[in-house]
Amino acid sequence: MLLRHTPAEPAVDREALTINPAKTCQPIGAMYAALGIHNCMPHSHGSQGCCSYHRSMLTRHYKEPVMAATSCFTEGASVFGGQANLLEALGNIFTVYNPDVVAVHTTCLSETIGDDLKQMTAKAIDSGKVPAGKTVLLANTPSYVGSHVTGFSTMVKGIVEGLAVSTTAHKLDVINLIPGYVEPSDMEEVKRLAAALGVKTITFPDTSNVLNGPMTGKFRMYPGGGVTVAELRAAGDSRATVALGPLASSAAAQALALKCHVPCEILELPIGLTATDKFIDTLRRVAGVSVPDSINRERGQLLDVMTDMHQYTYGKKVALAGDPDQLVALVDFLVTMDMQPIHIVSGTPGKKTLERMRPSLDKLGRPVNVKIPSDLYQLHQWIKQEPVDLIIGGTHCKYIARDEDTPLLRFGFPIVDRIGHQYFPTVGYKGGLRLLEKILGLVMDRQDRDAPEERFELVM
Amino acid sequence: MLDQGISDLLEDRQGSVLETKADGATAAIRCGTRSAAGSVSQRACVFCGSRVVLYPIADALHLVHGPAGCAAYTWDIRGALSSGPALHRHSFTTDLRETDVVYGGAAKLEKALRALIAQHDPKTAFVYSTCIVGLIGDDVDAVCRRVEADCGIPVIPVDSEGFKGTKKDGYKAACAAIARLVGTSVDPAVPPAPPRSVAGINILGEFNLAGEAWMIRDTYARMGVPVVATLTGDARVDTVRRAHTACFNVVQCSGSMLGLAALLEEKYGQPYRRVSYFGLEDMAQALYDVADLFADSDPGMAARAEALVAEEMARVLPLLAPFRKDLEGARAAIYVGGAFKAHSLIKALRHLGMQTVVVGSQTGNKEDYERLQQLCDPATIILDDSNPVELSRFVLEKKADLLIGGVKERPIAYKLGLAFCDHNHERKIPLAGFEGMVNFAREVHGSVTSPVWKWSARRRA
Repeated sequence: MLLRHTPAEPAVDREALTINPAKTCQPIGAMYAALGIHNCMPHSHGSQGCCSYHRSMLTRHYKEPVMAATSCFTEGASVFGGQANLLEALGNIFTVYNPDVVAVHTTCLSETIGDDLKQMTAKAIDSGKVPAGKTVLLANTPSYVGSHVTGFSTMVKGIVEGLAVSTTAHKLDVINLIPGYVEPSDMEEVKRLAAALGVKTITFPDTSNVLNGPMTGKFRMYPGGGVTVAELRAAGDSRATVALGPLASSAAAQALALKCHVPCEILELPIGLTATDKFIDTLRRVAGVSVPDSINRERGQLLDVMTDMHQYTYGKKVALAGDPDQLVALVDFLVTMDMQPIHIVSGTPGKKTLERMRPSLDKLGRPVNVKIPSDLYQLHQWIKQEPVDLIIGGTHCKYIARDEDTPLLRFGFPIVDRIGHQYFPTVGYKGGLRLLEKILGLVMDRQDRDAPEERFELVM
Repeated sequence: MLDQGISDLLEDRQGSVLETKADGATAAIRCGTRSAAGSVSQRACVFCGSRVVLYPIADALHLVHGPAGCAAYTWDIRGALSSGPALHRHSFTTDLRETDVVYGGAAKLEKALRALIAQHDPKTAFVYSTCIVGLIGDDVDAVCRRVEADCGIPVIPVDSEGFKGTKKDGYKAACAAIARLVGTSVDPAVPPAPPRSVAGINILGEFNLAGEAWMIRDTYARMGVPVVATLTGDARVDTVRRAHTACFNVVQCSGSMLGLAALLEEKYGQPYRRVSYFGLEDMAQALYDVADLFADSDPGMAARAEALVAEEMARVLPLLAPFRKDLEGARAAIYVGGAFKAHSLIKALRHLGMQTVVVGSQTGNKEDYERLQQLCDPATIILDDSNPVELSRFVLEKKADLLIGGVKERPIAYKLGLAFCDHNHERKIPLAGFEGMVNFAREVHGSVTSPVWKWSARRRA
């Protein structure tokens, strides 16, 4: 009874208070996005602790070294501004760590004292701290706005603003893919699907082979993966952009449309059958290709398992905590399989999330608890009021899962107590199949565990 | 082995790295300085220091006043075990938003505090200030005073704004917060000052990671040493408030709690002694030192300590022998938070036949590093506030087989094909005391001799 401190009924005035947050702050999302650029050093313009916390958290989630530098703010910098720190930092990073790109994000500290990143970077360039051919990208990510998801979104937009250029009126036969705030495995999967369709893409950010790299016997500051500066520049000449996950990716897609006149299509994350259908169909349409049999087969396999096992998903109640883009797609996937997502929280603020879920939720024909922004304490209270068959969320949900003796499907950020998310995608048909396999495994293991002796079944 | 184009060693860092000399002469290392801007340092902040020290007080309310991130990153990440309440394992935050930053967060803080105290009825509340609070100028002290007056429990502000120094300053702020609690017992049976007759100690700087405080308390119990309070492993507010009634403070993990020991000595005349519970010699020495403190009031204790040590050595040494057989000649690198722990680790590793070839810390001081140089064999690399590039370079150069460190060092070791032992707050098994030495040996042995390294490119080369 670890969480015995959580009562079923709402007791406290929660206006001023978050208990067991279902989000974290903007800078870590910006750092994650920056890691998806080839030879890039993310830089945290703030106190040393922020950088250390983000690196530790990402390391716990990926079990990989995570490199990032910090402006090491002191009391002096907080009074007089962080310009001297940023200049010193840029000089040191380029001299010592020699990246192609330094991607700077702010923190609540540097934002509140009013540090002007643009002006400071200009000064750094003027004073020769940024060697020729090197790039500095910027993102304003105060921790008291949005969440890790908006921080990610802002950095991806910063990438476009800092690098993409339009060099020709005749757009090239290339599609920009913005995969959203998803795992390295997912970024790899959307690239694979696009390649299978015969579509040439520029995918950014791309953390595959950065945060899920092989064991090589070497430590590499920049592990080799990531979208290159040349590709990012060329993104301005692409024929179209397909952006996945409106909250995480639309800012960048729209910035690119504005800056380089690359038209964009903004889709929900391709999690589950119908969302993946939309993704594949959009790629087909904008690139003018046809869908190969190999992808149709993957789709058919997912559908096959959905139909084969629908008696086990029927009516199962689910509680979810996660990021908006993931929740919207996941809720749709669950409803498609006749499951009932009845308690839903996200820590990331935004009125649109519920609107985006509404069409799926309306199909349930029953009241659903949704609160955005909210926290895991709220989710736990709801689960106490109406128990569920399955919880879907990050590792922090394990307290609730244990307390309520309910299976937990680890999905989202952070997952610090299991592996798999780095390597196996949950997007695309294959990803949907993996999610479904996991859901079925949890539900059926529970049925096996709880079945009375005489009803314990061999064949399921 | 490193990426091309990364310069050999930052010029700026050269004063912070040295190699021990053959003649045993020591040299001064640059330490205690702030990290250079732009460095990939493994260090944390003031808030982090305060949070780790106070966190194990299990029946207190820990409210992080700031944006949600600071609370999220420190949510139950330390394995500081509690035998009872688990309020400390929740993450409470005022989750400051932009409007709060503009108009001030004090009202929100007060509301949150009152709501939480009403709901959870904690014995005390700690309010941690984060960077932003220091900037927007919330009068946290005034809020705490008001709520304390109304709710009748100590409501203690912790001045832990991240930018106001280093992790060590965070320890200091935490010590100041604890000092405010000590001596405030409301139990009429608790005397206001240490009585001369009662023989008891406080254990300071022991956070009950993986249950280590329990093992240490057991050992003290066998010796006949009553423990008044453990600060802060598995601590309760009431025992912290009684801590002034102990005769002595026994301090481990010098970095975090030495400040409290000094405060308590000044205020209550409690003398303190520094000890380490890691490794056989240091554990034995700790027990002898504590027995020595009681030489007047309990002259038999020294003999009991000796008997206990003899018994434990006789039990433990044979258990270590098979591990040592396999580990003899292996080389270790150590990178930890405070340098004091490194001293014990070097000795513990020697017991396993292992030589330390690289050793560093995030926050060691001059004396720590001098002692390290004396302890180490010639040609050992010593580092202050190191970074991944340096660490990986030196462990390869010195052909280390094992790295001992924390969360950020683990994946570096594994990528290089090195064994690893977590001696930081994510350790899962108790490494303190006699039994801890056996666990340590088993853990090191398990990792160093694991067959998985056979396929590592580095080992095959």
